[in-house]
Amino acid sequence: MFDALTDRLTEAFRRFGAKGKLTAEDVDQGLREVRMALLEADVHFRVAREFIDRVRTRAVGAEVLESLTPAQQVVTIVHDELVALLGGETRRLAYAARPPTVLMTVGLQGSGKTTTAIKLALLTRRDGHRPLAVAADLQRPAAIDQLEQLGRANEVPVVRPAAGSGTGPSATVTVCRAGLTEAAARGCDVVILDTAGRLQIDGALLDELEQIRGAVPVDETLLVVDAMTGQEAVNVATVFRERAGATGVVLTKLDGDARGGAALSMRAATGLPVLYVGVGERPQDLELFHPDRMARRILGMGDVLTLAERARDQVDRAAQQQVEERMLAGRLTLDDFVAQLRQLRGMGSLESVLGMLPGGRQLVRHGGAELPDDRQLRRMEAIVLSMTPAERRRPEIVDASRRRRIAQGSGTAPADVSRLLKGFGQLQGLLRGLGAGGGRRGLARRFLPGVPPGVLGR
Amino acid sequence: MAAEDGAARARWWRRLSQRVSVSGGAFAGQLRSRLLVWQRLDDDFFEALTEVLLSADTGVGLAERIVGDLREAAARGRVHRPDQAVALLRATLGERMARLPRGLDLVGEPAVVLLVGINGAGKTTTVAKLAHRLRQEGHTPLIAAADTYRAAAVEQLQVWAELAGVPVVGHRPGADPGAVVFDSLQAARARGCSPVLVDTAGRLHTRQPLMAELAKVVRVIGRQQPGAPQEVLVVLDATTGSNAVVQAQSFQAGVGCTGAVVTKLDGSARAGYVLRVEEELGLPVKLVGIGEAIDDLGPFEPDAYLSALFGDVTAPTAPAGDAGAPA
Repeated sequence: MFDALTDRLTEAFRRFGAKGKLTAEDVDQGLREVRMALLEADVHFRVAREFIDRVRTRAVGAEVLESLTPAQQVVTIVHDELVALLGGETRRLAYAARPPTVLMTVGLQGSGKTTTAIKLALLTRRDGHRPLAVAADLQRPAAIDQLEQLGRANEVPVVRPAAGSGTGPSATVTVCRAGLTEAAARGCDVVILDTAGRLQIDGALLDELEQIRGAVPVDETLLVVDAMTGQEAVNVATVFRERAGATGVVLTKLDGDARGGAALSMRAATGLPVLYVGVGERPQDLELFHPDRMARRILGMGDVLTLAERARDQVDRAAQQQVEERMLAGRLTLDDFVAQLRQLRGMGSLESVLGMLPGGRQLVRHGGAELPDDRQLRRMEAIVLSMTPAERRRPEIVDASRRRRIAQGSGTAPADVSRLLKGFGQLQGLLRGLGAGGGRRGLARRFLPGVPPGVLGR
Repeated sequence: MAAEDGAARARWWRRLSQRVSVSGGAFAGQLRSRLLVWQRLDDDFFEALTEVLLSADTGVGLAERIVGDLREAAARGRVHRPDQAVALLRATLGERMARLPRGLDLVGEPAVVLLVGINGAGKTTTVAKLAHRLRQEGHTPLIAAADTYRAAAVEQLQVWAELAGVPVVGHRPGADPGAVVFDSLQAARARGCSPVLVDTAGRLHTRQPLMAELAKVVRVIGRQQPGAPQEVLVVLDATTGSNAVVQAQSFQAGVGCTGAVVTKLDGSARAGYVLRVEEELGLPVKLVGIGEAIDDLGPFEPDAYLSALFGDVTAPTAPAGDAGAPA
């Protein structure tokens, strides 16, 4: 996410970096680049202008010009202002003091409300709550079925409208009320209302939202916004805040190459904080939005905290420790290797993982490190899984005939098998060296044990 | 949509311009309040113009090119006042959009129209609305529900298809989309239906494996029906920003598109990226969606769109009779 923006900003900062001392002109030139980068990322033009003005005021005031490392100073100012722009503090979901907590998802059509409703349910469950979802989108054909299927797959109870109850506002209010009753009966303390998607000009549907809020005590009204939304994002959010009482924003589809303009503009232009971001298609792919971390990620400074959290979610610690010990003793098996690959895949694409390391993005772009993509990782896994236990323990017994069989079994070429085994051999040598040196530090080694770039590149 | 008669076209033209103008009032309003207020064509004017264009999602590069052209026109004395500059802008945009052919190629037995795009762009409703429209025009479309991924996508399509009175071929959730397409083509031949409209699962354009799956669907179609798919349309949401260009580009690179569909154009977003999709990628916008009703989809009429955008809905440019058939 934000890759395009990160790259452009890095370029802009490089200009500052070349100078020992900055003139007002240098600052102007650099900030023009920053402004272009923001606009290309779809940041609302007014937000971009004000942002640049603030940075310039601070940068031109002696602060920067007299400092020893002006470039760093400018980056620091941009960082601080970016954090402020993104909302400053992390805003968490406000659970009601007296349950149930009622959440309502609202938004334009196709922004991802229904999926988000289920993701929110799982998130509240991770927080120790018992969620229930209500299919209050009576406009879109089959929206109810979609919610119900997602609910069933994720063991979230879903309340649907009674058959033949119609599609009008009164039917919507009825099903929302039924949801609250059902929640009380089942002992659920979080109720999530999935409402109909709407175009903001549609007054009738906005009225329907007002009616729901009139009939049911809603604690949080979360506006679901597609992260790829353009300049319109700000208008949409303003209308939903004013007419539907939105209290926060969930940004979806941030795992694509969304430029993040919506994320950056939302708070500044509408006052609505971003609470969560959707980072994948799986139901658990919803992350808390941390303005400071996001700013660091955007500036290519890495987001080690989020990476560590993701790793923690994925990794079985005890097993990991055993693997590490075997690794350092130079006794890593191919089975361990596959286990590592799976963990890695669970954390997201390699590129996204690297993007969270300081300078990682630059490594991907300029370091020439060619990263194996998801497909290659899967192929590597297939190769190992096509080997017999004996071969996995002692790869050196793999001869031409075995290699052919493994290739056939995994749908690869014998050369692919050779390459993997060779890479694995090198890896073991490398790790043995590390183990001998007692090198038990370095995040890259901790979280990317199996995959130093280059070893596994094609 | 060759068979469309002039009266129907004029009706659609009016509806398109009305829908856009109701919501597009913001753009016309900006033109008035932010541009026409200046006395001269100075830097302030051009700065404001850049921002007005940016607010319509043209992207920085295109906005600067357009403003650069207008600056030059001003420097050469071709325009002197803001209203002239705005008129020239309108004319330039009209010219830029007039170059590409926008008709659908539906020649084939059956012809195949494939709809691709990211999640939530509006593929499924577009398929249904297109089926309805083609039926009205005398075609006998069949829908292939090849979105086997999204929960309840097939059900959604069935509800719509029933409204349109068009048969749907679908499999169980999780089935191979290639198999759905295969069966659909066989069914279409057996029943003499054409075109086959293929709804595919939404996919983020950054997901390589999913893109490969889509390429496979195209191959299955091509093997079974030489010359097909006749149309591969990438569906774009009008509220999307510059990412829409990247989306169109990725789908074009992945499966080779023949055109674009812009949905939700009746919202207040201006979809300025359309110009870039057409110019930079050479992909014409062939259809636009302007509402939630089943007949709210039709051919893109750049002139109707611009008239509405610039607030001159009453301009006498509505096509009369058979003026320049859209196909």
